[in-house]
Amino acid sequence: MKNLAVSNWSLVLAFALVLVAVIVSTKEKLGLSKDIFIAVGRAIIQLIVVGFILKAIFKVNNVWLTIAMTMVIIFNASWNASKRDPNPRRHFWQSVVAEAIGTYLTLGTLIASGTIKLTPVQVIPITGMIAGNEMVAVGLCYKALYEGFHDQRQQVLEKLALGANRQQASHSLMRRAIKTGMQPTIDSIKTVGLVNLPGMMSGLIFAGVDPVYAIRYQIMVSFMLLSASSLGAVIACYLSYRNYFNDRLQLLVD
Amino acid sequence: MMLIKVEQLSYLQVLHDLSMQVEEGDWVTIIGKSGSGKSTLLKLIAGLISPTSGHIYYQGQDITDLDPIKLRQSVSYCYQQPVLFGETVADNLNFPFKIRHQQPQHDQLVASLQSVQLPAEFLTKKITELSGGEKQRVAMIRNLLFHPKVVLLDEVTAGLDEESKQAVHQFLVKAHQNGTTFIQVTHEIDEIANAEQKLVLENGGLHHEELSR
Ligand SMILES: Nc1ncnc2c1ncn2[C@@H]1O[C@H](COP(=O)(O)OP(=O)(O)OP(=O)(O)O)[C@@H](O)[C@H]1O
Ligand SMILES: [Mg+2]
Repeated sequence: MKNLAVSNWSLVLAFALVLVAVIVSTKEKLGLSKDIFIAVGRAIIQLIVVGFILKAIFKVNNVWLTIAMTMVIIFNASWNASKRDPNPRRHFWQSVVAEAIGTYLTLGTLIASGTIKLTPVQVIPITGMIAGNEMVAVGLCYKALYEGFHDQRQQVLEKLALGANRQQASHSLMRRAIKTGMQPTIDSIKTVGLVNLPGMMSGLIFAGVDPVYAIRYQIMVSFMLLSASSLGAVIACYLSYRNYFNDRLQLLVD
Repeated sequence: MMLIKVEQLSYLQVLHDLSMQVEEGDWVTIIGKSGSGKSTLLKLIAGLISPTSGHIYYQGQDITDLDPIKLRQSVSYCYQQPVLFGETVADNLNFPFKIRHQQPQHDQLVASLQSVQLPAEFLTKKITELSGGEKQRVAMIRNLLFHPKVVLLDEVTAGLDEESKQAVHQFLVKAHQNGTTFIQVTHEIDEIANAEQKLVLENGGLHHEELSR
């Protein structure tokens, strides 16, 4: 860890970088200066709190506390994914189910295969990565589904009039929504190493780990993000398309 | 036999205490000004929207007690401006089979195309390459492939050329002879002139108009 030397003083100097963003915003009259200060302020406070919480949890090293922490992460991810659903008839529990199944199945596979150990130091950061990526996939999926039901409303109506059930009437939109949810993960995996050195790998290299060893972790991360984003998108989509219909099988989209 | 019975039906500000009865084998023609609620009435009968108050009975049963899927497969609403879906004409004609978990027979699809004067090659034709009249005819056979008992026609011949209109008309007459019951909304002069039973929708209610007028 000797390579890592971010002192408080160097952070203060790095704050100059924030000022660059503020200067751009002011010069270009973007009106973002306030937003930037709020964002930076929030980030600092959130990270300080998280830093101390993680330190405490790592020190206690208790399985139940670790699991409780993963639940908190999943709850937050679900909350944010659900907020991205433009459908006023959305249900929060559906996001929780999608996030929980996607995250725990992926996590469980990693632990069962011995790829990671059931220790807070490994489980908590990995859970955060999985749930965070899944949150983006689920949110995109919700948005695409909503757009599908609006853009292709007449097609759905037509299928309902032909005597289709909810799923048959929505299937083509659902497929597109799931695809939209998974696409960013697939795209980022395609260019991994060529364009972006992802956070996990960069972190390991930073900490002085041999890059040839660090890539193994990155490969694992690619696998798990793919699994989580596809599970999350599929489950969220299969639960939420029903929100667009009433029990008389009428479309609730004007 | 009484097939459809509508009692004291109201829908928002559009229909008020509307009642009507349709017997098996009838061909009822409904006319009325634009915005008078003709499409609304047909959609209510197919259970695609629900009334504010009143009842609709199909074969003596309140449609709210029926499975909406079964109802719509028996009482089929043809949209005023239908859209085709998927890529090709075949995708559209396969759909009614797919929702019934059946495999379509190629010959059957070709025969259905020919029944509205469309050639067999149309099966593989892209939906974006169809004219308005061709689209309308494909949508029509899509609705009638499984011979619903009642077909609700919402201005299905509006804006078609004479040839398409004739093709559709012949197709409908044949289905009628085979026992299909029709409730048709139209603005076409000759369809109105030849109507078997004519009803006028006005001020939210239906009334008879003497055929001699
Ligand atoms: N969901 C709705 N909420 C409120 N008003 C509606 C709704 N749907 C339709 N209307 C109104 O009901 C009236 C009847 O509409 P409808 O489509 O049934 O008319 P129509 O007789 O079929 O007309 P056209 O001959 O132009 O097709 C219109 O004034 C329409 O604006
Ligand atoms: Mg109409």
